Amino acid sequence: MPNHVILRVVAKVLIPVITLFALYVQFHGEYGPGGGFQAGTIMAAGLILHVLIFGQRVTRKMISLRVLRMLGACGVLIYASVGVTAMLNGGRFLDYNVLAATPTGGQHLGIIVIELGVGLTVATTLLALIYIFIERIRSSD
Amino acid sequence: MISLGLYNYWIVIGLMMVGLYVMISRGNLIKKIVGLNIFQSAVFIMYISMGVVEGGAVPILTDGVTRYSNPLPHVLILTAIVVGVATTALGLALVVRIKEAYGSVDEDDLHRMDNDF
Amino acid sequence: MEHLQILIVLIPLLCAPICVLLPGGRLPWALATLAAWTTLVLALLLLGRIESEGVLSYALGNWAPPIGIEYRLDYANGLVQLLLATVASVVLPYSYRSARREIDNDRQPGFYAALMLLFAGLMGITATGDAFNVFVFLEISSLSTYALLALGRDRRALTSAFRYLIMGTVGATFFLIGVGLLYAMTGTLNMADLAERLPAVAGTRTMDTAVAFLVVGICLKLALFPLHLWLPNAYTYAPSAVTAMVAAISTKVMVYVLIRFLYTVLGADYSFGQLPLAQVLMVLAVIGMLTASAVALNQPNAKRLLAYSSIAQVGYMVLGLSLASTLGLTASLLHMFNHGLIKGALFLALGCVFFRVGSTDVERLRGLGRAMPWTMAAFVAGGLSLIGVPLTVGFVSKWYLVLAALDQGWWALVIAILISSLLSVAYIWRLVEIAYFQPSPSRDITREAPLALLIPTWILVLANFWFGIDTRLTVGVAEQAAAALLGVGP
Repeated sequence: MPNHVILRVVAKVLIPVITLFALYVQFHGEYGPGGGFQAGTIMAAGLILHVLIFGQRVTRKMISLRVLRMLGACGVLIYASVGVTAMLNGGRFLDYNVLAATPTGGQHLGIIVIELGVGLTVATTLLALIYIFIERIRSSD
Repeated sequence: MISLGLYNYWIVIGLMMVGLYVMISRGNLIKKIVGLNIFQSAVFIMYISMGVVEGGAVPILTDGVTRYSNPLPHVLILTAIVVGVATTALGLALVVRIKEAYGSVDEDDLHRMDNDF
Repeated sequence: MEHLQILIVLIPLLCAPICVLLPGGRLPWALATLAAWTTLVLALLLLGRIESEGVLSYALGNWAPPIGIEYRLDYANGLVQLLLATVASVVLPYSYRSARREIDNDRQPGFYAALMLLFAGLMGITATGDAFNVFVFLEISSLSTYALLALGRDRRALTSAFRYLIMGTVGATFFLIGVGLLYAMTGTLNMADLAERLPAVAGTRTMDTAVAFLVVGICLKLALFPLHLWLPNAYTYAPSAVTAMVAAISTKVMVYVLIRFLYTVLGADYSFGQLPLAQVLMVLAVIGMLTASAVALNQPNAKRLLAYSSIAQVGYMVLGLSLASTLGLTASLLHMFNHGLIKGALFLALGCVFFRVGSTDVERLRGLGRAMPWTMAAFVAGGLSLIGVPLTVGFVSKWYLVLAALDQGWWALVIAILISSLLSVAYIWRLVEIAYFQPSPSRDITREAPLALLIPTWILVLANFWFGIDTRLTVGVAEQAAAALLGVGP
């Protein structure tokens, strides 16, 4: 829908706000309502809006499917690396207490990094799904 | 004996039956997935209803509140919702490929074209 | 050393995203194979530790159970983990040549990632001691199974994967409802803790409903008659390596889950004493054994024939556990392990046939006894084991099953087991007869399968004989596991 001026203008206003809100939910999730899942979906919603308004070709110039796949896999690895780091520091798998000098600091650090991984994977996977489905509509026409 | 105080559970049962019925009775594969989603939503509501504590507040630590709802079922069902999204996406992807391979998404047509099962 | 329990799940789970990151071709395969071999070593080490230390417990994130997630390992899961690791470390080397022939090149990294997720999911189900965790791992393994099944070349692979997706998700959601109701009644999800708190609420209507949902959900996933309809097509049209993997271990893990819930969580007294589960499961198992074997007789496709035979064999396992005796449970656990080896070997042999012939239609097997002697010899050996000829694993587990039935004076069951075995003689013989005694359509000369496929196949075939002759490891572990599950052992 690249020709609808109103849609384009509104989207241009909305997308930065949605992205900002996603980041707020992401980093606020440590001690308030929020977290990676929610932030990831909100971030993906912003990007999907971009796909719907400007067409996936434009969005793909920003983030290609290849990059999305890689980022998605990296998100899982970020999550797992927290657990493995805890094991290397002498704790159990996913034991945040041993990640930093104090247990409280470790808990903060652990959950922030974990939620980053979750958010990254959720956002990229949802966007990748949209790419793949839209691609199929094109090819079947 | 019908206890309307537990109306969420009646909604759960209703939705569950609607979902199962759609899944069984409709031949269209997309509708089957819709039925599956309704069925799963019923289970989500069941879990969320379970976590309610009478007079309990939202489970976020606040000064002066001693009674909270149980957050665990919500966390569990968040996982199940994510699983549901993945299942739906995979199911729809399969439907797209079935459409490409057969030219139809109706179960009866597929049976006829393959002559088996 | 204490981390072994988590590593056995974590290593395959971590391999999956790394496989996606690696470029296509050899690297993802090498990584996945290495991971499978590592888990085999870990499974053996863990079995050794269970022997010396008893039940192993590992608290994730150091949150003490029952609050946190606990991984709990005794002989029963140890045996299943050993089976999973063995099958995976044989199927993965095999999958390289097989997958290159059957799967597009750009899908290869995804294929290995999905295979690793399937493996990790099944491993996780056996490793965990948390009821909800079972659901999560169940869905991880199921979702990757649906994707893997759809990779088959035949378009019917798509419809069979879709059908399995619908039925499998309903099964898993039923399981989720059951676990939710258990949680509502007890306020805990830890299996050991559930077992302690359940007797107080046993007999309430909520509990009965929970058990019904749990059993139906699990039985859908393990393809107990009459909930088996998804299985034949799913096995038939999937890529060879996937069929071997799924047929050898997926349903077995679900049998394990059924045993774990009926015996450990609900307790044998409740599930078999107060509820009529023994009767229901036994009747369905016997009907499944007989009808599925009979249906297998007349299948036009060898893979489909073996798929029906799998449904019959699931009947044996469920029959064993429904006897609710130490001997019956031993037979069930043994058959779980042994049938994994048998079906793995048979489907790998059929994979070799598919590699050269491009089809597993029974008609296309003509003359293969001469053209592919090693492949067909492996198939015959696996078939003998499936029938239950002495010196093979199939004999050992059927022997224990017959003993268990006789122990309780169930002569009718012994006769049913014998009839089902005779039927398996008939359907295996039909394939052997076509392969060895009917002349091949001599136009094209089929060559023997490459060594990269034959060696893994034969390793599993030899394992069939090894564990059929030296039964100390399997029978010993299964007996102790059964005693522990019934609460009569140490």
